[in-house]
Amino acid sequence: MSQAPFYVSPEQLMKDRADFARKGIARGRSVVVLRYADGILFLAENPSPTLHKIAEIYDRIGFAAVGKYNEFETLRQAGVRYADLRGYSYHRTDVTARGLTNAYAQTLAGVFTTESKPFEVELVVAELGETGAGDQLYRLSYDGSVIDESEHVAIGGQAEAITATLAGLRTSELDLRAVFNHGVRALAEATTGELPTTDLEAAVLDRTVPGHRTFRRLSDAAMAEMRET
Amino acid sequence: MAGFPPAFLTSTSNSFIEFARTAAPEALPRMTGSELHGQVPEGTTIVCLKTANGILMAGDRRATIGNVIASHAMEKVHPADDSSVIGIAGTAGVALELIRLFQLELEHYEKIEGARLSLEGKANRLASMLRGSLGLAMQGLAVVPLFAGVDDSSPGGQIFSFDVTGGKYEEHRFHSIGSGSGPARGALKKLWEPGLDADAAVTVAVEALFDASDDDSATGGPDFVRRIAPTIFTVDSVGGVQEVDPGRILATADEVVTRRTRRAQA
Repeated sequence: MSQAPFYVSPEQLMKDRADFARKGIARGRSVVVLRYADGILFLAENPSPTLHKIAEIYDRIGFAAVGKYNEFETLRQAGVRYADLRGYSYHRTDVTARGLTNAYAQTLAGVFTTESKPFEVELVVAELGETGAGDQLYRLSYDGSVIDESEHVAIGGQAEAITATLAGLRTSELDLRAVFNHGVRALAEATTGELPTTDLEAAVLDRTVPGHRTFRRLSDAAMAEMRET
Repeated sequence: MAGFPPAFLTSTSNSFIEFARTAAPEALPRMTGSELHGQVPEGTTIVCLKTANGILMAGDRRATIGNVIASHAMEKVHPADDSSVIGIAGTAGVALELIRLFQLELEHYEKIEGARLSLEGKANRLASMLRGSLGLAMQGLAVVPLFAGVDDSSPGGQIFSFDVTGGKYEEHRFHSIGSGSGPARGALKKLWEPGLDADAAVTVAVEALFDASDDDSATGGPDFVRRIAPTIFTVDSVGGVQEVDPGRILATADEVVTRRTRRAQA
């Protein structure tokens, strides 16, 4: 005798998938992306020096992710391919964070509704403007929903705590050193309170760099130098 | 499903060309037709030499179609990334496209892998790109690059020359390619010495290009009327790739011309 198929309402199905994805993401450590006067700072709690959560997509576009490494690594590589193909077919200035964010959102939404398991990831796509007014921060969830933020954005298990700590702060008016220390404090307070510099991963999109590629990782030494205890 | 096409998510390649060939073949150049020979702009003379700190590569600015000068201001030497340079002689359209693809190939690898290719790795990648366009070479649209740079294992720099079949050869002192390479190499043989400082190296390069332009109609000399100087890039392990100021090159060219005028009229 074969088992009769059970009816599951679409609401329940979506809720189960969302709960599943949220649980996976909540286990991971957080990433925070903050604008500063001359650029955008990406800051992650990440003890591994080689498995990055923060990466360069294109000249003025950076990427940050939390969740399952293999899943966001696939999405990161897809983003690099998208950006390089577009920049080669048209021009370097025709690669935009908005276009990339749309592609990510459609892919995440497609996987969320049609695949057997949603991506357990959250992403931030950030684009550096020619001036501060052109900076863009997009936060993407596991279901493909997009939110754009104006000053700073946090993802991962402790995102709400970090956002609460940074609430009301206009980081785009501060310099890198000040914003870095605000970010580190918010990350540390949301977790254990102690955060050695070797457990941090950081990178910037720097508006003051002359060439076209503006993404630069911050070394442990550079971070230690900036850090105020 | 909208969003990324499947190939974007499933590709395991770190090569842009390999990826584009499967995902977007229409984006890659597809140049055919030997009947174009003699109707498309061609270059050139490129010289490259080792200096005390690293590498210097220089190229003239002229492009020709048959016996017509197509351009006075073409750039034939370009940075490949921030620690290597590439210069190309041959059919201009193919050459510039090859440079653009090669620059992207290096950047793409770096972003996908999170690490840089070694200098030897870059040279091998360029060789395989040439092998891939062997069909063009057979049709007379050949391009021959000269590639040089520095990396951690060779801070003094290395120079690589290639042939149209993708053969790769390391040059230990200096090299020249293009239609004026014969006279240029003759000049380099007499003027080059180990440990040239920055100014002396620029002078040697300008002398070599001047000799090439003197004997080869497809190579342009320094243009004092339009203030167009040869392109010169230097590479060293401290400053990376740097372009030499055109004003300084023209001043050097002026000295060279003055010296030669005096000798010719003595």
